[in-house]
Amino acid sequence: MIHLMRSIALILTAASLVVAGACHKKPAPVARPMPPPATTPGVTRPPTPPEPVNEPTIVPPEPVRDDTIASASLDDLNRNSLLKPVMFELDSSELSTAAVQTLQENTAVLKKYSTWAVTIEGHCDERGTAEYNLALGERRAVAARAYLVSMGISADRLRTVSYGKEFPFDPGHDESAYSKNRRAHFVITAK
Amino acid sequence: MKRTLLAVALAALVTATHAQQPPPQQPPQPPPQPTDVVTTISGEGGQPPRIAVPDFIALSKDAETIAMAKQISQVLFDDLVFEREFSFIPRDVYASIPAATSLADIPFDRWLVIGTVEKTGNGFKVDARMFHVRTRQAPFGKEYSGTANGRLYAHHIADDLHKSQRDLRGVALTRLTFTSDRDGQRMSGTIENRGVKEIYISDYDGDNQRPVTTGRTLNITPSWSPDARSIAYTSYRRGPGNIFISNIFQGTLEEVTKNAGENWLPAFSPDGNRICFSSTRGGTSAQVYVMNRDGSNVRRLTNDKWINTTPTWSPSGNQIAFVSDRTGAPQIYTIDADGLGQVTRVTTSESYADRPAWSPPPFNAIAYTARTGPGNDIKTIDMVTQKVTQLTFGEGTNESPSWAPNGRHLAFMSTRSGKSQIFTISRTGQDLRQITRVGNNAQPNWSR
Repeated sequence: MIHLMRSIALILTAASLVVAGACHKKPAPVARPMPPPATTPGVTRPPTPPEPVNEPTIVPPEPVRDDTIASASLDDLNRNSLLKPVMFELDSSELSTAAVQTLQENTAVLKKYSTWAVTIEGHCDERGTAEYNLALGERRAVAARAYLVSMGISADRLRTVSYGKEFPFDPGHDESAYSKNRRAHFVITAK
Repeated sequence: MKRTLLAVALAALVTATHAQQPPPQQPPQPPPQPTDVVTTISGEGGQPPRIAVPDFIALSKDAETIAMAKQISQVLFDDLVFEREFSFIPRDVYASIPAATSLADIPFDRWLVIGTVEKTGNGFKVDARMFHVRTRQAPFGKEYSGTANGRLYAHHIADDLHKSQRDLRGVALTRLTFTSDRDGQRMSGTIENRGVKEIYISDYDGDNQRPVTTGRTLNITPSWSPDARSIAYTSYRRGPGNIFISNIFQGTLEEVTKNAGENWLPAFSPDGNRICFSSTRGGTSAQVYVMNRDGSNVRRLTNDKWINTTPTWSPSGNQIAFVSDRTGAPQIYTIDADGLGQVTRVTTSESYADRPAWSPPPFNAIAYTARTGPGNDIKTIDMVTQKVTQLTFGEGTNESPSWAPNGRHLAFMSTRSGKSQIFTISRTGQDLRQITRVGNNAQPNWSR
């Protein structure tokens, strides 16, 4: 079935090229005869109706994306999350300009999907000590949470947990890895 | 090399004292004996005597007893060398010397630690001695019987020998606990690729490594009870971090904190009745709390907007050292265990300090993790003289020191061999030993 459709589509495409070449090409070179399409002698091509070509593109994209998110599993939601992580500087739980920007975007998402409950995880890089990082990670998660609450997100929807440096996102040992590991990470836990 | 050894006078009994002991229990200390003969052990040329630990003599000729005799002598040698109180001849030097058949025909003419192993009804009788073959001086002798394995016999002999000859509490029977991801199990229910961490224990020398938890979740920062029968730690099995106690000989689990913020870094008081810990239950950043062992009577010791965490008890139980970032970076402070009195800053020359561990007597020092560059190193600070001693020097990162119960050794985590592993080191920074080799292992705690 698929095979048949594909061959029809190919034929239609070839045909539409011919039509397009013949009718629509804007500044078509004058007086240059179009080379005849390479056809095998003896094979008669069907007439070329243009309507079906447009048919697949009718699908409206926006509602479908919304439907996907509404119906996606929590795993799928979190795999490519609309809620972006908030990144931090070394030893710091202060929200940078970029962090505030991210939090504003996350606020919009949480307002749009007003039933979502979220756990905000605090993470640290490996330069800090395992013990202090537990408390630092918590402060990062709480900083992100406090901002969302100040933007009108209900505190009931936002829990925090700190993993210190126990679950690095990038196992590397350089600043590129460290910068990925200093974050408040959002996990959707209910929708 | 211990210079003090030269001048040490040994109170030596002419004949060895014997006492029947079941090894699996902690043996009661032998009553102090009057000193009959005072002997200064000094070898040729003013050198301390070098002691041999040949294979114990198997009086029963079955394979099990012979293997037992060999194992006891090897483990005993390792236990004695660990404390560096005596000077030993490496065992391979005399490995080719034929074994004796009885204590009467030992082919040595020097100081020995040796003994006999004899099969009894359902176990073994082990007779251990420290003596000089030619002069028959025998400052130590003790008989053990029981059904334990060879390692346990050796550990008891080593501890008894150190106690009787040096008034030293050996650590041969002590254990380590730490967190490990060696199982390679993945956390369930998370999108990110996260490995579980379980609480493990091992003998002080890394033998007998085995898990205590099988929670398939994140279990961290284990800490021994003073009787070494329970381990308190933080587990994320309920979502946030909470403190649990595993009673390792009963196989029971106690849930100590519930539904009150996150709770980390438990540490038993020296009497075992209380636990200090760090919690976010106050709705602010982490603060230091003390509770009863069963989770009741929670009392808050710090109360400000800064992080106050990583508490540990002083050996007396009267004070608590903890970490606070009230001046910006984390530093170590002390406070009275009742929460009253002044907060006193301990570390003043570090840019970043964490994980205080208060040394047991006779030392009065706090070990800690210090940021020294891209990584961290282990340091100690003498609480009287304020003298800082650095024990590691930038090989990998080094964290989470924990004292051996005699204050002569520390366990810590280091990444110097690649992954994070547990090491032990002497209080002076010598005798580094790698304890773990599989997976990542961290946050060691030494039993008391």
